[in-house]
Amino acid sequence: MTQAACFYRRFLSVCLLSVLAFGFGHAAFAAGNAPDPEPAAQLLPGPTVTGGLPINSGDNAWVLASAALVLMMTAPGLILFYGGLVRSKNVLSTMMHSLILMAVVSTMWMVFGYSMAFSEGNAIFGNPFKHLFLQGIGAAPDPDYAATIPNQTFMLFQMMFAIITPALISGAVAERIRFKAYLVFIVLWMTVVYLPLCHMMWGKGGLFNWALGGRIPALDFAGGTVVHISSGVSALVCALVLGKREGYPQEPMMPHNVVYSLIGAGLLWVGWFGFNGGSALTAGGLATSAFAATHFAAAAAALSWTTTEWWLKGKPSVLGAASGMVAGLATITPASGFVSIPSAFCIGLVAGVVCYLAVTKLKARFGYDDSLDVFGVHGVGSSTGMLLLGFFASQKVNLALVATFKANGVTTAIAGGAHQFFNQLQAVLVTVALAAIATWVLLKGVDRLIGLRVDQEDESVGLDLSQHGERAYNE
Amino acid sequence: MKKIEAIIKPFKLNDVKEALNGIGILGMTVVEVKGFGRQKGHTEIYRGSEYTVDFLPKIKIETVLPESLVESAVEAILKAAKTGKIGDGKIFVSTIDDAWRIRTDERGDGAV
Repeated sequence: MTQAACFYRRFLSVCLLSVLAFGFGHAAFAAGNAPDPEPAAQLLPGPTVTGGLPINSGDNAWVLASAALVLMMTAPGLILFYGGLVRSKNVLSTMMHSLILMAVVSTMWMVFGYSMAFSEGNAIFGNPFKHLFLQGIGAAPDPDYAATIPNQTFMLFQMMFAIITPALISGAVAERIRFKAYLVFIVLWMTVVYLPLCHMMWGKGGLFNWALGGRIPALDFAGGTVVHISSGVSALVCALVLGKREGYPQEPMMPHNVVYSLIGAGLLWVGWFGFNGGSALTAGGLATSAFAATHFAAAAAALSWTTTEWWLKGKPSVLGAASGMVAGLATITPASGFVSIPSAFCIGLVAGVVCYLAVTKLKARFGYDDSLDVFGVHGVGSSTGMLLLGFFASQKVNLALVATFKANGVTTAIAGGAHQFFNQLQAVLVTVALAAIATWVLLKGVDRLIGLRVDQEDESVGLDLSQHGERAYNE
Repeated sequence: MKKIEAIIKPFKLNDVKEALNGIGILGMTVVEVKGFGRQKGHTEIYRGSEYTVDFLPKIKIETVLPESLVESAVEAILKAAKTGKIGDGKIFVSTIDDAWRIRTDERGDGAV
């Protein structure tokens, strides 16, 4: 690299750091100007009163613990699950693809991400400047989102979802993407796809927000569209634009450590109780109901995947059982807070078969190299869940469906049925369209600017050595 | 002096070692190898994708011994390593020109 280019890059870094530092200073200054009445209140034991709304310590404890569980799904859950599925020369790079997002996405979330997703704005995205550097996100609850926990808890819980979503995509680009290109792509993808989708589904005034004035009320309890369909569809586009791994599918590319993947799958199942159960944002009956739906759907999908594989291929593989679990979890995610246990079990049974066919028949038929089956498991699974949810949603499970849904200012009851199925379909289609088009455009742009793929030699050496200068297994 | 190289099924290693010990052969070198012959490979299935594994794991035993022991050693290996199924392996015998024991400088038959 020339000296001028080097200087230019250093100059850019300094500018970036200054902007960050200024932001912090600004946020601190704003806080200093308007002293918070909260610190004194926080010292009181038991339910505290902040800004007129009492904080329920039980709710807060559960959502905080859930936030930690959801982070555990990324590391070490997804890291092990994906790390075991690749060849040994790419295990570190695959793990890094998830690990680094804990840093990158958290930074984005702090600077403008939370604000763009959850502050008021239009139907598509929120105002990215309202809570710049998280100003104004303190102990006082935001009654629109969660009336009994600090807004800061809500912000943390949502951040963990923002971290795991792009990490899921990494399964489709594994073993061949340049690290720098990956980082640039993810930052752009978060801004253009994730944050708007998050706002549309869960933000105030979002297009599909059934509780807060959305025009097309669609149900998505814990992120079927925002997390799984968006990442699954983007993963498919990534696999198509990036192309197949060198040698695929003639050369065997077997998982180098199925044991890692099984440990990861177990951690994912446990973490998912926080993902879905925590999405109740309270520690009451709804959390329990979502917890139960999550569990029985995973069990059902593991059963149906294993049975299908045993029947069609002659042997019940262990990786198959684990994949079935994950498929069931991804599928029940949008439905978990709206359906009864038997409904959840049925949704799980369908998930195991549909996702099995997606990763075997569909992938083979079209010949794309979605290396770790992100589309087949998360995209196909959660789309199935979103659509089945339209039929299975029950007011007996989630009373909020009766109490909160408003159309033209009049409270109406919604529950399963053809009308809701159609709304769900629209939410799925918009998610698919946004994720597919934006991902395609971003990838083409990044490819022209930086180059998406490593060269053939680096790919054959493995990304661990060529991108990171390390090897996972030394003696 | 002769060298015997025997390629056998991995689970037969202990039987072969004991059979050779039984006729007075007390040293050998063992290598884990991969290869294929008439047995061909097998199929593994990961998430529904089938992979054909051409090279199967085998064990190669090498031992160098005086010519007088070769017949009985080959017999012992044939008996111990046989399952009667395809993939039991092969035995190769070749001539060795010379040998030394590094510790004592012994040479020839005395060194093996």
